Amino acid sequence: MDFSLSDEQRLLKDSVDRLMADRYAFDQRKAYFKEAGGWSAALWSQYAELGLLGLPFAEEYGGFGGGAVDVMLVMEAFGRALILEPYLATVVLGGTALRLGGSDAVKSRVLPAIADGSMKLAFAHGERQARYDVTDVMTTARKGGGGWVLDGAKSVVTHGDCADMLVVSARTSGERDDASGITLFLVDAKANGVARRGYTLRDEQRAAEISLSGVQTDTVLGEVGNGLALVERVMEAGIAAMAAESVGCMEALHAMTLEYSRTREQFGKPIGSNQVVQHRLAEMLMSMEQGRSMAMLAAMMVDEPDAGERAHNIAMAKVGIGQAGRFVSQNAVQLHGGIGMTEELAIGHYFRRCMVIERQFGDTAHYLARLAAEVA
Amino acid sequence: MDLRFTPEEVAFRDEVRAFIRDNLPVDIRERMRLGYSPRKQDTVTWQRILNKKGWATMSWPKEHGGPGWTAVQKMIFLEENQMAPAPEVSSFNITMLGPVLIQFGTDEQKKRYLPRAANLDDWWCQGFSEPGAGSDLASLKTAAKRDGDHYVVNGQKIWTSTAHHADWCFLLVRTNPNAAKRQEGISFLLVDMKTPGITVRPIISIDGSHHLNEVFFDDVRVPVENRVYEENKGWDVAKFLLGNERTGIARLGKSKERVASAKEMARTVREHGKSLIEDQAFRARVAQLEIDMKALEITQYRVVSAYEKQRDGRPDPLSSVLKVKGTELLQATTELAMDVGGPMSMPIWAEELATLSNEPDVGPEWATQATGSYLFLRAASIYGGTNEIQKNILTKAVLRL
Repeated sequence: MDFSLSDEQRLLKDSVDRLMADRYAFDQRKAYFKEAGGWSAALWSQYAELGLLGLPFAEEYGGFGGGAVDVMLVMEAFGRALILEPYLATVVLGGTALRLGGSDAVKSRVLPAIADGSMKLAFAHGERQARYDVTDVMTTARKGGGGWVLDGAKSVVTHGDCADMLVVSARTSGERDDASGITLFLVDAKANGVARRGYTLRDEQRAAEISLSGVQTDTVLGEVGNGLALVERVMEAGIAAMAAESVGCMEALHAMTLEYSRTREQFGKPIGSNQVVQHRLAEMLMSMEQGRSMAMLAAMMVDEPDAGERAHNIAMAKVGIGQAGRFVSQNAVQLHGGIGMTEELAIGHYFRRCMVIERQFGDTAHYLARLAAEVA
Repeated sequence: MDLRFTPEEVAFRDEVRAFIRDNLPVDIRERMRLGYSPRKQDTVTWQRILNKKGWATMSWPKEHGGPGWTAVQKMIFLEENQMAPAPEVSSFNITMLGPVLIQFGTDEQKKRYLPRAANLDDWWCQGFSEPGAGSDLASLKTAAKRDGDHYVVNGQKIWTSTAHHADWCFLLVRTNPNAAKRQEGISFLLVDMKTPGITVRPIISIDGSHHLNEVFFDDVRVPVENRVYEENKGWDVAKFLLGNERTGIARLGKSKERVASAKEMARTVREHGKSLIEDQAFRARVAQLEIDMKALEITQYRVVSAYEKQRDGRPDPLSSVLKVKGTELLQATTELAMDVGGPMSMPIWAEELATLSNEPDVGPEWATQATGSYLFLRAASIYGGTNEIQKNILTKAVLRL
């Protein structure tokens, strides 16, 4: 058991922190949100230059061979700055699907393009009727045109509007809810038959509804009919990354609330001199630290070979981080009082990011129910 | 960074587990498993077995007879011992007095008291709290006046756990009532409980048992050589001791053992045509506790690893997180165990019933005991610095408000 960071990891953390300090103040972020696409293309290039976009990929694919802990460090920093760019969708979700499911030829084509910033991905798995049911896939794929032909619709696809390539799950056999018969495909987002409607989520990140009508692709990721395991790996990597991002959000929320409690005066003294406020801040701190432990657990488990062990621990982390995020963000708004309710202040923006993270790939109740079923 | 145990740590865990399995007397384990507090003799027996192995003095430096374990090894040992379940070593002897004497004691004091504390030849108790000095410990009034080679102690201590078992007491007394700051007039004394003038009166706690006492000091003569560290510097000793007290205070192994036990018992009780373990609400409650235990487990390792690296003797203020979250969990797990008992958790396990007649107990022993430990462990968020005090510590030391 070892909690220390390597020299490389410390350097990575420092360089991302520096970039965020220079380029991602809350006012700068507001400007990025107003750019076409809702995020900063200039920052995306910076991420590529720093090597962040190729972080988890092997060196032979233009990457840096980083692991889950490296991704965790980056995501924490991104969480503190509340970045808008499609890092999670491209590098973590799309990247994991490619890394674990792509053939050498596909990886050689796509991963270097992700790493140099020229290609963005999105993970198009969820469907409108499916809620958090990972096997509820109604999009179909049948053989045709020398490859596969996809029909169906994907819903709330994070950064699906700007993606160049989509990782799409579709049913190649079986019925709705069957665990087998799901296959992952890599689809050109501009292919004939792909229609996208982009919109903004509550947390200002972009997403899209995507319909697929006779869409041709010849690229399968993973095994035909056995895609569920890969879908789960992608989601697990996403959960681990978002857990770290959530810790970054909680750090920012806690720091801002602490600072506010020092400076805001009522009844002739700072509100932070009241014990009821102090204890609430202490409880937020405890909650955040428990959440941080869970984010570490998730990072550590992403590459765990035992699938059951991996899923179980990541489910625990998802619940832990969801509950911590809720507690810290709700109390940050509460302790700020009226000003915490305003769009102008950063607090509400972090609050909404925590809220969206809790809902990605299954919420607290969803994973609690799964863990309850696993009690032995 | 790697949260997994190294192969060496796994080997250590297996060694500890095997030793406890092979050496913990069966009757002691069975009483612990049913949820009883360890009897005095059970604690003595087990601590002597551990001491013979060199493991009782876990938190002492190697040069003073400690096993030289890393922070992770200490946590592994604590957890294995609690999960066995085995009696815990006397915290008064091992985590409180031992490190204090090693840090502040004279060579003579170390030689005289440490080996006997390790082997539980002397059972120590802690004379800190007073009727008017609970969380505000520095307001203590028990007075020690110098009279030649002795201090003459007068006053009262309260909430003194196991004073009725104790051979010795480490005692905070006021040696200078006129000090500029209250903290500057306190000294730390070692008192033989057989000294004339000491009266121990039981306090029966809400679980119906006798753990706690009042201790009265009436012209009790304590040799000056029994003072630890300088006169009027006892507050430094107390602060050091209370810092040590927080290491391992999460008692996570105990919570894990209680949940494991509750699950086992839930298989034996039946409602709506199925065993309680099949009940979804019960399972969700267990799942939530297991999540919280997992988070605390990692937090605990983070804190103890950092503490070990720091090595300046000051406790990490984040250890207050362990105290608060650990005791909240301990209380939640004992609540769970009691709830498994259902209506059978209501009767008092009646020693009186057993002595008055040959009737069997009303409910299963574990259910009655589960209620007992639920009631007793309401104290967990009170002792060792109440959880509210822990939040004050976090406020000052971490939030700097």
